[in-house]
Amino acid sequence: MKEIIAIIMTAVLVNNYVLSQFLGICPFLGVSKKLDQATGMSIAVIFVMVLATAVTYPIQYFVLDQNGLGYLQTIVFILVIAALVQLVEIVLKKYIPALHASLGVYLPLITTNCAVLGVCISNVDSYLLPGAAFGLSFAHALFNAFGSGLGFLLAMVLFAGVRTRVERCNCPACFKGMPITLLSASILSVSFMGFAGLVENLLG
Amino acid sequence: MEIMQVVLIAVAVLALIALICGVMLTVASKFMAVEEDERFPQVRECLPGANCGACGFAGCDGYAAALVEDPDLSITLCVPGGTGAAQQLGQVLGREGGDVARMVAEVRCGGTCAATSAKMDYEGIESCTAAKLVFGGSGSCVYGCAGLGDCVQVCPEQAIYLVGGIARVEPELCTGCGLCAKTCPNDVIAIRPANAKVVVDCNSPQKGADVRKICTAGCIGCKLCERNCPTEAITVTDNLASVTYEKCVGCGKCVEVCPAGCIIGLNLATAAAGKEG
Repeated sequence: MKEIIAIIMTAVLVNNYVLSQFLGICPFLGVSKKLDQATGMSIAVIFVMVLATAVTYPIQYFVLDQNGLGYLQTIVFILVIAALVQLVEIVLKKYIPALHASLGVYLPLITTNCAVLGVCISNVDSYLLPGAAFGLSFAHALFNAFGSGLGFLLAMVLFAGVRTRVERCNCPACFKGMPITLLSASILSVSFMGFAGLVENLLG
Repeated sequence: MEIMQVVLIAVAVLALIALICGVMLTVASKFMAVEEDERFPQVRECLPGANCGACGFAGCDGYAAALVEDPDLSITLCVPGGTGAAQQLGQVLGREGGDVARMVAEVRCGGTCAATSAKMDYEGIESCTAAKLVFGGSGSCVYGCAGLGDCVQVCPEQAIYLVGGIARVEPELCTGCGLCAKTCPNDVIAIRPANAKVVVDCNSPQKGADVRKICTAGCIGCKLCERNCPTEAITVTDNLASVTYEKCVGCGKCVEVCPAGCIIGLNLATAAAGKEG
């Protein structure tokens, strides 16, 4: 239990995919204008991250590593994630139209999202770490994916709030639009550095 | 030939995974295909796409989806599309076309710079909504048109313009979508039938004496129009006259008797037509 809490807190606060590892910046800047859109996108990302990990972990373990094809990781993962997202969209449209209506717009956007790919790769990479025999087990990998999605949600929601306020401010003309947005993002990112060492000292 | 073997295995594994994904997607899209009503794109095509919400649905897509699903839903709800859109909808859905009463917006205020005055100099953001936050606006009448043009900004047809410190609507260009009425912080703008014969250009529920002090063009609630109307089409409630357009015959009596001149005749039966609204 303690391990799971540590994994999730690390993924959300310390190794936040957007603010600490700078993955998934495109949706972070693109879809964070409105709070409801940011939330919808993030929930879709959580869903896809968990699902993608559940599928790519066994593929890496049973197919690629057994045949010594670890170098095909990136290509295979992109292929599998893209197909998976398409499949999820078809299934949702058929069986849960309400969920499709709210998440459907965002699913194609996630197809080749770097944060999703990053989570999958880091999940399988960590079991290859020397000394840590199967460091992240399959269950832990799923929790890590879930936590990473939560971190994405946190970053998106925080930034949507910041952005709506920034947009109403009277800032110098040369900073209007993207420049001030990037500046705010960097300040938010710096503020997340304050969480470094939190998990080790709290739960270690 | 060791190296060829490695390459072949890699290619084969990748091809196999791709094949499995492809087959899975094909099968899924065949078996789990959702049948969309093919009339939906046709119905959507008939609507103007302004997404104004005048029909009461969330945009044109919402109205089109509701039309396809509910055979009893009226096809005459689209105000900007008007009778043309209703007839096209009737053809697509195989129903009787209906007439849509053309609606236009009316700025119910006659408080030009000549008729009323400002109670202060406002130097803030050029927006009615912002100006209203400061003591109800800069004009002495807090119910009238603030004249900063929030409605002009929002109008998709460029049918609203500012003249003499208040907004006016060009009825020929107006489609009656009602975006301006929703935007106006004072609720000055009303949507009326395009063929209305008289309109009351005042929005102030204040007592007659108070209106007189601040505006020469405001309704003072004297009820002369109500007493003189032969068809009981005009009534005064809360010191403000309002017209029931269905009952009005356009005789022009109210326009003649109004001491404030806030009742404007548009399509009067007699020759005593007032100034254009």
